[in-house]
Amino acid sequence: MSFLDKIKSDIVESHVWKSIFRHGYEDTPRNRVMMVTANVFLHLHPAKVRRHAVRMRFTWCMGGLTFLMFLITVITGIYLMFYYRPVAEYAYADMKYLDNDMPFGMLMRNMHRWAAHAMIVFVWLHMFRVFLTGSYKPPREFNWIVGVLLLVLTLLLSFTGYLLPWDQLAIWAVTVGSNMARATPLLGYEGPFADFVGANPIYDARAFLFGGGEIGPHTLLRFYILHCIFIPMVASILMAVHFWRIRRDGFSGPSL
Amino acid sequence: MAEVAREKKLPVDDKVHTWPHLVRMEFLVALFVLAALTLWALTVDAPLEEAANPTRTPNPSKAPWYFLGLQEMLVYFDPWNAGVVMPSLIIVGLMVIPYIDINPRGNGYYCFKDRKWEILTFFFGFHVLWITMIMIGTFFRGPGWNLFWPWQKWDLHKVVALTNVDLPYLVGFRDYWWSAVFSLVMIGLFFVVVISLFYAFVVKIKGKEFIERWGMVRFSITAALIALMVSLPAKMALRLLFNVKYVLVTPWINI
Repeated sequence: MSFLDKIKSDIVESHVWKSIFRHGYEDTPRNRVMMVTANVFLHLHPAKVRRHAVRMRFTWCMGGLTFLMFLITVITGIYLMFYYRPVAEYAYADMKYLDNDMPFGMLMRNMHRWAAHAMIVFVWLHMFRVFLTGSYKPPREFNWIVGVLLLVLTLLLSFTGYLLPWDQLAIWAVTVGSNMARATPLLGYEGPFADFVGANPIYDARAFLFGGGEIGPHTLLRFYILHCIFIPMVASILMAVHFWRIRRDGFSGPSL
Repeated sequence: MAEVAREKKLPVDDKVHTWPHLVRMEFLVALFVLAALTLWALTVDAPLEEAANPTRTPNPSKAPWYFLGLQEMLVYFDPWNAGVVMPSLIIVGLMVIPYIDINPRGNGYYCFKDRKWEILTFFFGFHVLWITMIMIGTFFRGPGWNLFWPWQKWDLHKVVALTNVDLPYLVGFRDYWWSAVFSLVMIGLFFVVVISLFYAFVVKIKGKEFIERWGMVRFSITAALIALMVSLPAKMALRLLFNVKYVLVTPWINI
C-alpha cells in the first residue's frame, strides 16, 4: 500500500467520514440505489425508473426545468432582496442602484426576470406534454390538480413580481391586470350585483388585493410579501406534494 | 402485480437505475439550460422604464404578456366575464380533465389515434384560443387597444368608428323587455344547440354505449365547458362579422 493509499484509507475509514458518507462510490448496483435513497435531494426520485421515462423525447424535461427555473429565481431573488426595499420612496432608486452599482446586480436581475418568464413557458409546455402522454389518467388525477394549482401560482408569482421595480411598466401592467378584480361579481365594486354585498372602491376584491383603493405604497409592500414569502411558501408545499405523488405513483408509461 | 408480470413473461429489465441514467440526463440538461439562461441574461437586459407615476397612464397599458389573452378577451366580453368568470372556468376546466376523460387508452405514452378528439379539444383551447389571443394582444394591439400590424407606426390619433350595436337592436327589437326576452332565448338557444350538437357528435364518434358509461354528470360538465369555450369564438364572430356589442343587456350584467 502506497503512502497516498494509506492516507486515503485513513480518511475514508475515519469515524467522521463514515458518519457523513454511508456508502462507497464503486459502481455496484447497491451503491447506485444508495446514491438515490441515501440522499435527501436525489431521493425525490425513485431508485429505479422505467427505461422510457428517462428519454428526453418522452418528458421534454419540462417539469424538471420548471423546478430549475424556480430554484434560479429563489437564489437570484435572495440576492436581489439584499439590496431592494419595498418602499415607494426607495424601490425605484434601489433598482437603479442594483442595475448600475451592485456587483452582478444587473446580471442577477436579468436572470431573475428571464428565468421567471421561462418558468411560465416551461410550465405551460409541461402541462401540454402531460396532456399528450395522458399522464393525468388514473392513478394520477389528483396530481394533475396540484399541477394546475402550481401553474396558477407560477402566474401569480410572476405577476406579483412585476410590480416590484416600481417603474411605469410595473404599476400600469399591474393596474391593468388587477382592474379585473374590481369587476368580480358580488365582490368587486364595478362588478354585477356589487350593491347587494355593499362593495365599494375601498372595500372590495381589488382593494383587498391592493391593500387600499388605489395602487400605492401599501400595494408594493403587499405584493412584495406575496412575492417573496407567501406564494413561494405555498408553491413549495404544493411542489413537495406534486413530486412526492409522482414518486408514489411511479412515472407514467405504457402498461407492461 | 408481480404474478401478472411473471405470467406474461415480460422483460425484467424494463427499469434502469435512476443513478446514473436519469440523474445524468437531468444534470446535463440543467447545465445546458443554465448556460443558455446566463448567456441570455448577459446579452438582454430586463426592462426598467422611468419611475412609477400614477398620474401618467401610458397608452396602451398592457398587462404582463401571459395575461394578455385575458386582456384581449376584454374586447369581446365585460371585465366580470373576461377577467373573472372565464379565467376561473379555465382553471376549473383544466382541473376536471382527469375526471371527465375516462378513455383508458393513451395512459403514459404518445398516441394521437386513440384520443384524437381529446387532443384536438385541448389543442383548440390552449393553442388556438389562449396562445392566439396572447399573440394578438402582444403584437397587434396599439394605442387605444386598436389593431395595428407589428411593422405599422402606432398612430395615437387613430379613429375607429364605434358602430357596434346590441344583438336585439340589430334584428329590430326596440322595446327593452322584448329585447331581454329575445336575448335570453338566444343565449339559451346557443347552449341548447351546442350541447345537442356535442351530444350527437359523441354518439356518432363513440356510440350510445359510451354515453351510458360516461354518465350524466360527466357529460353535463363536459358539454357545459365546451359550450362556454365555444362562446368566445362565437362572440368574436358576432362582433367581427355583425358589429354586435352585447347579446344580452340588463341593468346588472351585459353579455
